[in-house]
Amino acid sequence: MIDVHEKLSMAQALNRALRDAMADDPSVVLFGEDVGALGGVFRITDGLTAEFGEARCFDTPLAESGIVGMAVGMAMNGMRPIVEMQFDAFAYPAFEQIVSHVAKMRNRTRGRVSLPMVIRVPYAGGIGGVEHHCDSSEAYYAHTPGLHVVAPATPADAYALLREAIAAPDPVVFLEPKKLYWSKEEIEFPVRAPGIGTAVVRRAGTDATLIAYGPSVPVALEAAEVAASEGRSLQVVDLRSIVPFDDETVCAAVRSTGRAVVVAESAGFAGVAAEIAARVTERCFTSLAAPIRRVAGFDIPYPPPKLEHFQLPGVDRVLDAVDDLQWEQ
Amino acid sequence: MTPDSRRLLPSDAPVTLIDATGEAVGAVPDDATLLRSLGALITARRLNDQAYALVRQGRLAVYPSSHGQEACQVAAAQVLDAADWLFPTYRDTVAAVVKGVDPVEALSLLKGDWHCGYDPYEHRVAPHATPLATQLPHAVGVAHAARLRGEPTVVMAMCGDGGTSEGDFHEALNFAAVFQAPVVFFVQNNEYAISVPLSRQSAAPSLAHKGIGYGIPGERVDGNDMAALLTVLGAAVQRARAGEGPQLVEAHTYRMQAHTNADDASRYRDEADVEAWVQRDPITRLRAYLRDRGALTDDVDAGFTADAERAAAHLRDGLNQDIEPNPEDLFAYVYASATPQLREQAALVADELSREGAR
Repeated sequence: MIDVHEKLSMAQALNRALRDAMADDPSVVLFGEDVGALGGVFRITDGLTAEFGEARCFDTPLAESGIVGMAVGMAMNGMRPIVEMQFDAFAYPAFEQIVSHVAKMRNRTRGRVSLPMVIRVPYAGGIGGVEHHCDSSEAYYAHTPGLHVVAPATPADAYALLREAIAAPDPVVFLEPKKLYWSKEEIEFPVRAPGIGTAVVRRAGTDATLIAYGPSVPVALEAAEVAASEGRSLQVVDLRSIVPFDDETVCAAVRSTGRAVVVAESAGFAGVAAEIAARVTERCFTSLAAPIRRVAGFDIPYPPPKLEHFQLPGVDRVLDAVDDLQWEQ
Repeated sequence: MTPDSRRLLPSDAPVTLIDATGEAVGAVPDDATLLRSLGALITARRLNDQAYALVRQGRLAVYPSSHGQEACQVAAAQVLDAADWLFPTYRDTVAAVVKGVDPVEALSLLKGDWHCGYDPYEHRVAPHATPLATQLPHAVGVAHAARLRGEPTVVMAMCGDGGTSEGDFHEALNFAAVFQAPVVFFVQNNEYAISVPLSRQSAAPSLAHKGIGYGIPGERVDGNDMAALLTVLGAAVQRARAGEGPQLVEAHTYRMQAHTNADDASRYRDEADVEAWVQRDPITRLRAYLRDRGALTDDVDAGFTADAERAAAHLRDGLNQDIEPNPEDLFAYVYASATPQLREQAALVADELSREGAR
């Protein structure tokens, strides 16, 4: 295959991943609300019904539990369904299906029934969405054994991780950071990227490690850029997948700097950032020069658009946390 | 009302073909068919009562019995082809067994060795669903996938009267209708959801009337009349297979025993109500009909009883065997391949066990 370079937005990269997966495997079907003629409210499924027909990409009634439940049945019966939840906070009617069936079917049946399916969720804030459109719901899914939970931060990763999620033998909750849908990147096809469960170091640094995923990765990178101009070298780790969690890469990174800040948009209490801080502390305590800090969302319902900038971890808040990492010792 | 919408409404009374006295009141299936069903019914009753006894003996944690509902159980499975799917609830163990699942494997869930004890693909029986109605959207998905591939599969999706109150019941019927999925939704209305009577589940004229709201034909059938069940469910399966879309069938029956052994039915219903339903027992009724016609001889009847005893003995023997659970299984089936974290946790348990062994 000849390498092809194309500049794509994350939305276009996701669309390309869906198209390529559907072309490669006739058992891949895609359905949800407005994914057909409209191409999805974010246009991620644009053109797929036209290209693959109604049987492969279709609109459903407005009922998320029914959508996920039907995907369970189709996955039981030889298909690889991909479903779209229109927005993070609209996925909750499907919660029982996800927790009681999607996550547990392999376990209940001693591995006899697997559910190769992907639940795509446009996710998190930063787009000025009105209420019920900007939840960071990753902790609910990450807390449920049996699910893989993935959150890309770049267009190339969006393509690679979605292709891998579709091909995976286990169900994947695929969190698409809405505010990054329009971010662009030159992508080299075929995309060569590490698999689900592998974190990557996005920026080398020696003084402290910023750990981020999904929408927080660009914030961490920007903070590192600013810090560099102020003479501090920050390393940035992009988790890529929350479950499975790449302890090895994350811990090696933190040990190399001795200091760490976890950056995440979701409410901090009992969130993914808390888990990361705890597990890295357990594993790297003797390498740490300071307690791991979290910069997370406040423990409040997601605010209205005109107040959301207070909620989202920004560069300044990240740098303030870095400043607190006991440098004076 | 248009003729088309009238077509979707159930009959005013449940369809009965053999009445409670054993008298034929309609076109009844042939004797051979009914004899086969009687044999299955007698075994079904025996298995229900054996499982109930095994709870008292401590071999099963709990058993939600379909005692009294066996005609529904047998018919639901007997009207299907081998390639058709059955989606049972926790009260439908007997239906799963009639579809082919070994009763010992079917009761693994309630014995506690594992959750689903059988291979769902072997007899095309989905795992028992405990969260009410959640299996119904799965049934739609299985049917839709089969239809997309042009396969003639029909899916029998079972639930109870209580289950019809759940959102997934509504979503499944609606999806099935929109996609014309070949699903027969089979509601066993046994009048109670644990302690709550039907009047607290629904104010609809009948549960079968719910079909019209989705564009699905609804039918009501006497749930203790084997002949009527075979006829009504059989026709529903045929229509679904012929491409006429989903069907809704409500069987009127009665939960003769408490919800499970852990329940006390005397707190919420009169024993006299139960007595009235004893008179409508599905086995007594079918036996009387076949005896009357001379189709059921003492020898054949004795053969059915012997078959039932053999099935009960097989169940007893199977459930009396202690299977040492393997702690490694805790981690073996969470993902296709264990995550590094699960490998660590499995190693922790293995280490605990080895230290226990060393003590």
